[in-house]
Amino acid sequence: MNPVDQRRRDFLGKAAVAAGAMIAPGVILYDYAHAKQGAEPVSGKVRWGMLIDTTKCASGCRECVDACNRENGLPGSTRPTDSQWIRKVDLKDLKSGKAVSLPVMCQHCAEPPCVDVCPTGASFKREDGIVLVDRHTCIGCRYCMMACPYKARSFVHEPTTGQKPDVPRGKGCVESCTLCVHKVDRGGTPSCVEACAAAGHGAIVFGDLNDPASEISKRVRAATTTQLRADLRTDNGVRYQGL
Amino acid sequence: MTVAGILRAAAAAALLLAGSAAGPLAHASGPALDAARAGPCVEDPKLMRRSHPDFLKHGRDDTVRKGIRGIRHSLAACVDCHASRADGRVLGSERHFCQGCHDYAAVKVDCFDCHASTARPAATAAAPATGGAR
Repeated sequence: MNPVDQRRRDFLGKAAVAAGAMIAPGVILYDYAHAKQGAEPVSGKVRWGMLIDTTKCASGCRECVDACNRENGLPGSTRPTDSQWIRKVDLKDLKSGKAVSLPVMCQHCAEPPCVDVCPTGASFKREDGIVLVDRHTCIGCRYCMMACPYKARSFVHEPTTGQKPDVPRGKGCVESCTLCVHKVDRGGTPSCVEACAAAGHGAIVFGDLNDPASEISKRVRAATTTQLRADLRTDNGVRYQGL
Repeated sequence: MTVAGILRAAAAAALLLAGSAAGPLAHASGPALDAARAGPCVEDPKLMRRSHPDFLKHGRDDTVRKGIRGIRHSLAACVDCHASRADGRVLGSERHFCQGCHDYAAVKVDCFDCHASTARPAATAAAPATGGAR
């Protein structure tokens, strides 16, 4: 090999190393940003929330309720002992006659009373703000049901069959809206949001309240929105517009 | 070690012994189970027989509390692989994977009071032909 070839080889080798060093961090960052969702523990940088526009929510429409029942394998009946994760509520101001219809579910409080009262630690708030029941430690005492200002939690009174693989549920535990955590962890959105959009209402927006660029953050900044029973200072993740 | 722990260890030991001894009794070779999906388990079968409750208990906290999905020791994945080729379940008779072994070892299996005992549809569709469940 002549000296010129050798110098060329050395140069090309060094150039390749330098190029690698410049590109590699970008590739690593890209991998980090596009890491498979659900592979890492959830982060406190995210605060999942929902914005419900009551002016778009139609009275008598139950698409979100039905979608929730389908997704989570709930029976869908409304006896006092049946689980209901979402309820449709119709309100009317008697003086003005103004009527609104809205879905009410677990409000995913930042300061959840259900977590405060739980004697076993089964009721807990995830880092990303989703309030859940760990059924493995729930003893079914129902303190959380009494503590919840929104009547969001249900107790499973009877043996269950036909559970969904992603949504285990059984007799003797308290349960409530999980914000479809099994879908959110995989990058999806809750079923009620999808059903509302599919029905053409688009009354529910789901997203990260901590991300200033998310649609929900922009909407919350632009319009007047309220948290139910804001006087309790539970700082709900679910907000309502037009109440 | 708790009473449940001792019982579990004893049952696992009995299973291991039963697996190795080729006695004249029909049950000495372990429970007869329906065929399931082929392919290796996520851990050595001997280790799984003894320690699967611990793996599951560790994994459940990762998923429920930290939101980590698709963990190595996931109950849903167990069910997907071990469900009977006949009806896609791990419970129902002494030939089904979970119930068969737990009946044999006389250990109560509580998981499926809440968890689904049927394989997910995608898993059954992709199930290849197989020789045996164990």
